[in-house]
Amino acid sequence: MTTGSTEKINGARAIIKCLELEGVDTIFGYPGGQIIPFYNELYDSDLRHILVRHEQAAAHAADGYARATGKTGVCVSTSGPGATNLVTGIATAYMDSVPIVALTGQVPQFMIGNDAFQEADIKGITQPITKHNYLVQDANELPRIMKEAFYIASTGRPGPVLIDLPKDIQISEIDFHYPEKVELRGYKPTYKGNLQQVKRAAEEIAKSFRPIIYAGGGVISSNAAAELVRFAETIMAPVTTTLTGIGSIPTEHPLNLGMLGMHGTKYANYAIQESDLVIAVGARFDDRVTGKLESFATNARVIHIDIDPAEISKNVPVNIPIVGDAKHILKALTKYVKCCNSEFWLAKIIEWKKEYPLSYRKETDVIKPQFVVEQISEVCKDAIIVTEVGQHQMWAAQYFKFSEPRTFLTSGGLGTMGYGYPAAIGAKVGRPDKLVVDISGDGSFQMNSQELATAVQNDIPVVAVIMNNGYLGMVRQWQELFFDRRYSCTDISGSVDFVKLAEAYGALGLRAEKPSEVRPAIEEAINSGRPAIVDVIIECEENVYPMVPAGAAINEILDLED
Amino acid sequence: MKHTLAVLVENRAGVLSRVAGLFSRRGYNIDSLAVGVTEEPDVSRMTIVVHGDDSVLEQVKKQLNKLVEVIKVSDLASEDAVERELALFKVAADESSRAEIMQITDIFRARIVDVGPKSVTVEVTGNEEKIMAIENLLQKFGIKEMVRTGKIAIARGSKKV
Repeated sequence: MTTGSTEKINGARAIIKCLELEGVDTIFGYPGGQIIPFYNELYDSDLRHILVRHEQAAAHAADGYARATGKTGVCVSTSGPGATNLVTGIATAYMDSVPIVALTGQVPQFMIGNDAFQEADIKGITQPITKHNYLVQDANELPRIMKEAFYIASTGRPGPVLIDLPKDIQISEIDFHYPEKVELRGYKPTYKGNLQQVKRAAEEIAKSFRPIIYAGGGVISSNAAAELVRFAETIMAPVTTTLTGIGSIPTEHPLNLGMLGMHGTKYANYAIQESDLVIAVGARFDDRVTGKLESFATNARVIHIDIDPAEISKNVPVNIPIVGDAKHILKALTKYVKCCNSEFWLAKIIEWKKEYPLSYRKETDVIKPQFVVEQISEVCKDAIIVTEVGQHQMWAAQYFKFSEPRTFLTSGGLGTMGYGYPAAIGAKVGRPDKLVVDISGDGSFQMNSQELATAVQNDIPVVAVIMNNGYLGMVRQWQELFFDRRYSCTDISGSVDFVKLAEAYGALGLRAEKPSEVRPAIEEAINSGRPAIVDVIIECEENVYPMVPAGAAINEILDLED
Repeated sequence: MKHTLAVLVENRAGVLSRVAGLFSRRGYNIDSLAVGVTEEPDVSRMTIVVHGDDSVLEQVKKQLNKLVEVIKVSDLASEDAVERELALFKVAADESSRAEIMQITDIFRARIVDVGPKSVTVEVTGNEEKIMAIENLLQKFGIKEMVRTGKIAIARGSKKV
């Protein structure tokens, strides 16, 4: 493909050419009045378009595609309500630093500001939830803007970029020339960490007796999982991950402590609280991780590796910041470090692991949700697990055994119910070789269940396992623990028959009501090769433990016996 | 603690709203904001006065730097910078008071820019203290209307931001 030549084409065609030049193969979208010119050109293009049933799902699918593949996801909608429907998906991607480019139709420029039919100021609306956004005012600028958008979305700390495309821009003729490179004087991300800082960090590690590595989603977005494991093994430090950092080190790795924070393992939380050195990599000290800030890792010095300088010392004061890409820095750091003196520390951690394992009360007559995740974990090894938000999300994070990065896709920052199923569709489209399972709840699934139609129409065999407890379970759990069991508006029992719902859409619907039925149902769903729902009737008042109440220190942990 | 930030930005539509939106979204307190073009026509310069402790200021600067259209952020210490504001005061005036108002105007090296039968309009430039001082003195005549720009500032000497 040449980029140097010039030819005359309309704006819509130019956008498609830009997408092709950026290596995009699939886009997710939904047409409407002000984006018809784009769809008209798409008709003649080889780009794969997945027609969703609600624009929110287009944004989540682009997000799932991006997280699963590491490439930038693309979603398209029309103006006004089409664009505002993308907002939740864009905000979800923004909070978890996922590279997506959103293209929205807009009313013709001469009508902008007149409250025209289906007009919304989507640039203004998405300003705080995009890394950058554009309203195209001159069709000749389209190639430059498209080039910049993909560059900004995928470099530095990744994030969503929106381009608003007035209809007249889509139909005006331009001389198409795709720029070779991007020139943005206000945007120059740092990749290589400062060597002095790397050396200082290595010295600090050598002095440490109780180090802990706290790894976040940044490790995964910089493709640094292998470097992380090598670094941990070199200094013999335990690793705890955030929710979005899951997959950066295999669950079964002896140095892995699992997730920390509100629903983290007890041993991860105890370890970080007693550590003398926290090495944070691509993590942002979110409140769900730190609990009460004043009591977080009070005896520890902090090394913070992050590509975003604004994350340094935002919540927790940092002693040694290293700004740059996790992959580069972990490599450099591994070169300079020596093993630290962690034998006693590791022995203590093994004790904690023995004493406080993740556990639940096993029963034979009712289905325990943790048991369901364990079954999925055994049947679907190496699958991509996608979740919605709530109790099932935490059980999935706690009990699934992950072995590689980009296999756990979940809305961590924004906590978007309804994310999982469309994101699973996007992930499956991006990674057709992988088994993709949406671990869902009966509440969350109903937030985007219309996407069953997308999966069936496009033949995308995603399996959704619904943990059906008839409640908005996480809110019910809080009501039980902190609001005297006053279950205000959290009972959703009897809302829908998920088996019939699946069948109505032409998908496979299965149900498990006894523990013995769980595994066969999951296996049948997978073997069918079709989009499928497994409706699993679980114990309705099961809680997620361990749990650190909001605002408490993270070693003040509630557990099953309390 | 008050800080004066000189922020160079791309001279494009929507940049002001992006910067202002950042302050409101992140809950930073903004005392004043002035914006205009610079010696380079495609660059605008904002002078933003903010208050907050050191960690807040650090975050303000970092978050501003994250905006793609922000080219450079500098913190101008007041001892190393010339700072100016412009104010216009419409002061009640009659024959008996006009002379005294003119005298005050002279002392402050301000100017009378409009005279009416019942008022005079005083234009004054200077730093914040000077403008507050003249405001205090004009108060007794009755300030009918006042308008002020935000502060603009430039580093002393040959240093550029």
